[in-house]
Amino acid sequence: MIAKNSFFGPSDPAPDTGYKDPPPRKGFFTDTSICIGCKACEVACKEWNEVPDDGFNLLGMSYDNTGSLNADTWRHVAFIEQRKPLGHQQPGLRQPAVDLGMPAMGSTNGEPAASTAVATEETPDFRWLMSSDVCKHCTHAACLDVCPTGSLFRTEFGTVVVQPDICNGCGYCVPACPYGVIERRKGDAGTKNVGIAQKCTLCYDRLDAGQRPACAQACPTESIQFGDVDELRERAQARVDTLHEAGIMDARLYGNDPNDGVGGTGAFFLLLDEPEVYGLPPDPVVTTRDLPQMFNHAATAAAAMLVGAALSFLGRRR
Amino acid sequence: MTAEIPTVDPEAAPGPDMRAEQGRNALTGSRGGKPRRGGGGRGEQAMVPEAEFTSYYGRQIVKPSPWEADIPAYFFAGGLAAGSSLLAAGADMTGLPALRRTARLGAVAGLSFSMVALVHDLGRPSRFINMMRVAKLTSPMSVGTWILTGYSPFALLAGGAEVAGMLPFGKGSRVVRLLSLVGRPAGVLAAVGAPPVAAYTAVLLADTATPSWHTAYRELPFVFVSSALAASSGLGMVGTPVSQAGPARRLALGAAAVELAMERQMERSMGMTAEPLHTGKAGRLMRAASALTLGGAVGSLLAGRSRFMAVLSGAALMAGSVCTRFGIFEAGQQSARDPKYTVVPQRERLQQGQPVRYHG
Repeated sequence: MIAKNSFFGPSDPAPDTGYKDPPPRKGFFTDTSICIGCKACEVACKEWNEVPDDGFNLLGMSYDNTGSLNADTWRHVAFIEQRKPLGHQQPGLRQPAVDLGMPAMGSTNGEPAASTAVATEETPDFRWLMSSDVCKHCTHAACLDVCPTGSLFRTEFGTVVVQPDICNGCGYCVPACPYGVIERRKGDAGTKNVGIAQKCTLCYDRLDAGQRPACAQACPTESIQFGDVDELRERAQARVDTLHEAGIMDARLYGNDPNDGVGGTGAFFLLLDEPEVYGLPPDPVVTTRDLPQMFNHAATAAAAMLVGAALSFLGRRR
Repeated sequence: MTAEIPTVDPEAAPGPDMRAEQGRNALTGSRGGKPRRGGGGRGEQAMVPEAEFTSYYGRQIVKPSPWEADIPAYFFAGGLAAGSSLLAAGADMTGLPALRRTARLGAVAGLSFSMVALVHDLGRPSRFINMMRVAKLTSPMSVGTWILTGYSPFALLAGGAEVAGMLPFGKGSRVVRLLSLVGRPAGVLAAVGAPPVAAYTAVLLADTATPSWHTAYRELPFVFVSSALAASSGLGMVGTPVSQAGPARRLALGAAAVELAMERQMERSMGMTAEPLHTGKAGRLMRAASALTLGGAVGSLLAGRSRFMAVLSGAALMAGSVCTRFGIFEAGQQSARDPKYTVVPQRERLQQGQPVRYHG
C-alpha cells in the first residue's frame, strides 16, 4: 500500500494506513511558554503506564534529573537556564511584580548575553526555559517504517504504538528515530517489557475510553494540550501570533508544518529558542524518505557483485 | 531586592476555569521584543561544550543503536557466506573442486555464525520467529530476513552436498546420492541469492537517523559487497591450493581495489559526518582496514607462486573486511553519541535557507 506521499510529504496517516472512517487524528500541542516545570506530566505518565524508574540520579543539569526521553521516560521536562531577560507572567491579578531574587549572573566571557532586550530590575537578566518533550507521533514515522515484526503500528487515531507482545527487541527503531525517542528497555529479567522497544503510546488505552492522555490530564497550566491535530495546529498558530504581537519574537512552532521532513508531527511544540537548545533536532528528516534511492544503490551494487564474481572466472583457468 | 509578599484579594481570584484560560494565554519570554533570529542563531553558548553549535547540555539527540559486536560480526560473516556462494558456483562450473569445497564450506560456516549472531542480538531472542510474521518492504531488516530465508536453504544444501562427497562411507546411500545430485543446482540458486545478502546490510545501516550511516547510503552498498568479495576470495586463497585459486586471486585484487576506491568516494560525499571514520576506535579500525586490504591486494599478486603468500594475503583480506565492518559500525555509533553530527548539518541547511520541505 504505497501511496504518493507514503514516505514524504503531507498525509493523513490513519486513512493512508488503510483505516476506514477513522476518528480525527489526535495529538499534543505542548506550549512551552507556559510550562512551569512541575513534572506532573512525567509522574502521571509513569503512574498510568507503569513505567519503571530510570534510576534516581542527580545529573547536574538544572532541575532536570531524567536527562532525555528513553525507554523509562516517556515525558521528559527539559530545564534550560539562560542569561536572557524574563518576561512577566500576567496572571490577571494586578499584583506588583515579585522579585524572586534570581541571580543576575555576569557572563563568563565578559560579553553581554546575546539579546537585544535590556535587563532591568523588573525583568531580571535571567530566564528559565522549561519544556515537556514527548514522542512526536510523526506523520512519517521511521520507527514504524523499519520495524520488521509489525510490532509498531499506526492506530486509528494516527498515533504510533508498540505492541509489547510482538516486539522481539531487534532494536532497529532505536537508531531510526530522528528525535532519539524510542529505546529498548534495559533491566533485570523480571522488569516489565525488558528487552522491548518502549515509548509514549499517547495513552492509547485512555483514548479508547474517551479520556485525555495522563500527562495532559495532569498538566496544571495546560502547557500540554490534547486534541484533534487540525484544531491544535490552529490553536498553536493563534498562540504564536499572540506572543509575537506581545513582542516575544523568540516564540516559534516546531513540528507543526505538514511539509517538513517528517510530514509534520502529531505532537508539536511552541518553543522560545532554537530547537537544539531543548535537545531537539533543528531540521529532522525521516530516513525512509531516501529508501527508494537506497534500494536502487543496493540493487546496483548487488548486480555489480554478481558480474564481478563472474568476471573473475573468465579467461585463464588458473 | 526586597521581596514583597503579594496579597491576593479572594474576590479577584478567578475560578478554576478562568485561571486555566488565563494561564494558557499568559505572556512570557523576553518582553523586550528581541527579534527572532532567522535560523542563524547560535543560542546560548555558555551552556554548551563547544562554541560552534548549541545542544542540550551536550547530550546526544538521536540514540545510538543498541546493537553490539553481534551485528558487525554478522555483516562480515554474512558477506563471507554470500561471496563464498558466488565463488563456489563459479568453481563448480569451471571445474575447480578444491576452490568449490573451500567456498561451499565457508558459506555454511559464515551462514551458521550469522544465524547465531542475529538471534543473540535480539532483546527477546525467544521471539526470533516474529521476524517472519510480516514481509515489509519499508523495513530493510524484514527484507533482509526474507533474503536470508531464500538464500540459506540453498547454501546449506550445496554445503551438504560437499560434505556428502567428502564422506569416506555411505557412497551408495540414498541421502548421499540425492545430495550430490542437488549440489550444483542448489549452488547456482545460492549464488543468485547471495548478492542481496551482501548488499542489504548496507541499507540496514543507512536507513537510520544515525548520521554517519545515513549519509553513506550511496556508496555503502558498494563498500559492503566489495568487502564481502574481498573476504570470501581471501578465504578461497587461504583454503585452496594455488593451482586452483586463480579466480579467487583475481577476485581479491578487483574487490580490494573497488572497496578502497568506494570507501574514499563515500567519505567525500559524507561531509562532516565522515569525521568519526577518522577518530577514536572507528578511526583505528578504518586505518587497519585500509592497510590490511591494501596489503592483501598487493599480496594477491604474489599469491600465485607461493602458498605462504596466498595464506598471508588471504588472511589479511579477511581481517581487513572485519575491520571495515566494525569500523563503519563504530563510526555510526560515535556519530550518534555526539549531538554535533545531528545538529550542525541540519543547522547548516537552515542557515542556507534550504530546510528539507516537501514541494509537491
